[in-house]
Amino acid sequence: MDSMASRATEPAPSFLSVRDLQVHFPTSDGLVKAVNGLTFDLEAGKTLGIVGESGSGKSVSSLAIMGLHHGTNAQISGEIVLEGTDLLGLTPDEMRQRRGRDVAMIFQDPLSAMHPYYTVGNQIAEAYQVHHDVSRGAAKKRAIEMLDRVGIPNAQQRVDDYPHQFSGGMRQRAMIAMGLINDPGLLIADEPTTALDVTVQAQILDLLQDLQREFNSAIIIITHDLGVVAEMADDVLVMYAGRAVEHGPTNEILVHPEMPYTWGLLSSVPDVTADTDARLIPIPGNPPSLLNPPSGCSFHPRCPHKDKVPGDLCRTTLPDLVPGQRGPGHTKRCHLADPESIYQSEILPEIAPDLVEER
Amino acid sequence: MFAFIVRRVIAGVIMLIVMSLVTFLLFFASPVDPAQFACGKNCSPAIKEQTRKALGYQKPAVEQWKDFMVGIFKGRDYPDDPALRKAAPQLVAHCPAPCFGYSVLNSKTVNEEIKRAFPITLSLAVFALILWLLGGVALGCIAALTKGSFIDRGLVGISLVLYAFPTFFIGLILLKFVSIKWGLWDKPEYTSIADGGVFSWLSNLFLPAVTLAVVFMAAYVRMTRAFVLEAMSEDYIRTANAKGLSKGRVLVKHTLRGALTPIVTMAGLDFAGLLAGAIITEYVFNFNGLGKLVVDANRTYDLPTIIGTVVLAATFVIVANIVVDLLYAVIDPRVRVA
Repeated sequence: MDSMASRATEPAPSFLSVRDLQVHFPTSDGLVKAVNGLTFDLEAGKTLGIVGESGSGKSVSSLAIMGLHHGTNAQISGEIVLEGTDLLGLTPDEMRQRRGRDVAMIFQDPLSAMHPYYTVGNQIAEAYQVHHDVSRGAAKKRAIEMLDRVGIPNAQQRVDDYPHQFSGGMRQRAMIAMGLINDPGLLIADEPTTALDVTVQAQILDLLQDLQREFNSAIIIITHDLGVVAEMADDVLVMYAGRAVEHGPTNEILVHPEMPYTWGLLSSVPDVTADTDARLIPIPGNPPSLLNPPSGCSFHPRCPHKDKVPGDLCRTTLPDLVPGQRGPGHTKRCHLADPESIYQSEILPEIAPDLVEER
Repeated sequence: MFAFIVRRVIAGVIMLIVMSLVTFLLFFASPVDPAQFACGKNCSPAIKEQTRKALGYQKPAVEQWKDFMVGIFKGRDYPDDPALRKAAPQLVAHCPAPCFGYSVLNSKTVNEEIKRAFPITLSLAVFALILWLLGGVALGCIAALTKGSFIDRGLVGISLVLYAFPTFFIGLILLKFVSIKWGLWDKPEYTSIADGGVFSWLSNLFLPAVTLAVVFMAAYVRMTRAFVLEAMSEDYIRTANAKGLSKGRVLVKHTLRGALTPIVTMAGLDFAGLLAGAIITEYVFNFNGLGKLVVDANRTYDLPTIIGTVVLAATFVIVANIVVDLLYAVIDPRVRVA
């Protein structure tokens, strides 16, 4: 690094940079704060995993990046800068032209996400034709190429099939083909494997990784499955009640989690190799209401470790997302003074006793 | 697919046969003597008996129904009684197959009556169908796209009011004010294309067609709005938006296609119903269509005409049902039988 760059306080602008994103929905019951001050960066060709329960704001933030809240009553503020352009500052039509070309999205359930009345080929070719001035024939040829690329056998014939004639895994492959047909710089995959068989899940994840290397796309993968994150993501962002609660490199977060919510997520992952009396520990309670979020740290009503924090801090003060004990790359939103030792002494023996013995 | 059509057609034919039998039985279950009506002004018991025999009313109902069924396939001669035919061969009327019967009151076969009246009803029904489908679907889409706005509320409110208006009221207003009092439109009087050309045919049909269309349109605005809104919340519409398609393309290609099935079903059945005669509209505008024929036949207990029009109306509804089922397969590939 030269001296100019090292002196600059701001790091070089990332490929995608989300700053203080807020998405609020006014309803007759009050303001639903679905996303509150979300901030993260993503480099080209890298993968960010966003993890959290239903209702934690994962999908709402990704739809905001796609600009798909147009036409709803969502109130969005903050910045979503993609390659130097703030997407939130674009007119609906400018955003429409980028959608599918610069940012594409893969949805959770490929059966309902595809139009039942049109052939798979028609729908994929349509995605290409919106952004390229080509004939129907050329677009269809491109669709066949993409179907072939994502591993649909006999793509030449299958291109004229309807979505209901595809199996679940093939439908998701077709969705991926549709997402990548314009070679977007950013691909958002919203729970891409949730609706699939476990065996097919691995194939789809492999495919996504292959394609990522080939197209050098950045991927945001939204999931509640930490296995998917471990497999795919370079960085992990854990969300709770519309806020990031822990953010860092995947290895860091999975091996040295510092936030009790992340511990809870890790504890509730079943392990096939564990013996049958190993305990699966669910997080007690329910996700908080976004209409009327808990005071202080949103996780405090469910947090089993809040009595380790002096005073009433968890109930009264929202912790900042700041670096913890393990350096500036790993940030967390928690008042606990020494989470690492609690994790090592209390959590790890419960969820992975064999790991502790090894040490 | 072929087997499906054959199955449906056979079921339809059976249904028609049962319908015609039921109509005969119901007709004779009434205490009124149909011969009395057919007998004319200078009626004496002797003439009445003769009329009864000429029409075959003296036979049991089931027997008459058999004659009717035979007539459909072989044709019939009137008067029904062979002795009467022999006595006055110059008065014998032949009714070729498929014979729906002979109406003494009109001195015509029912087929001739239907042939005369049907083009009027068909023109009216087609014109009205086009008006209400175009208007209803377009306004329904506008209402759905502007959901919650003044436009939406206005459209829904107006269609509710119009839906509540009886047809005769709308028809009378159009006739009395628009046409007669203000002279904005010539008083409609049916002219066939052969008689007056396409323009005159259309312009004479306009007011009655609008009358019919308004009520249907009001229903279709509300229905289209509901189904478009439902389709708009589907995941595949989100996918279409995520591709970067323009609003218009998402609406026409994706949303409307998704909302089409129920609209086609309703339109098919409503249209079939109208083909049997738009009774009130035809009466208000004095169009001699099927609707008027049906009402007059019922007023005069003209059994052959009643049976003929009932079977015709039932045929329309059954055919429309089959067509709608076939259209499903065209619209929705999931329904297509492999």
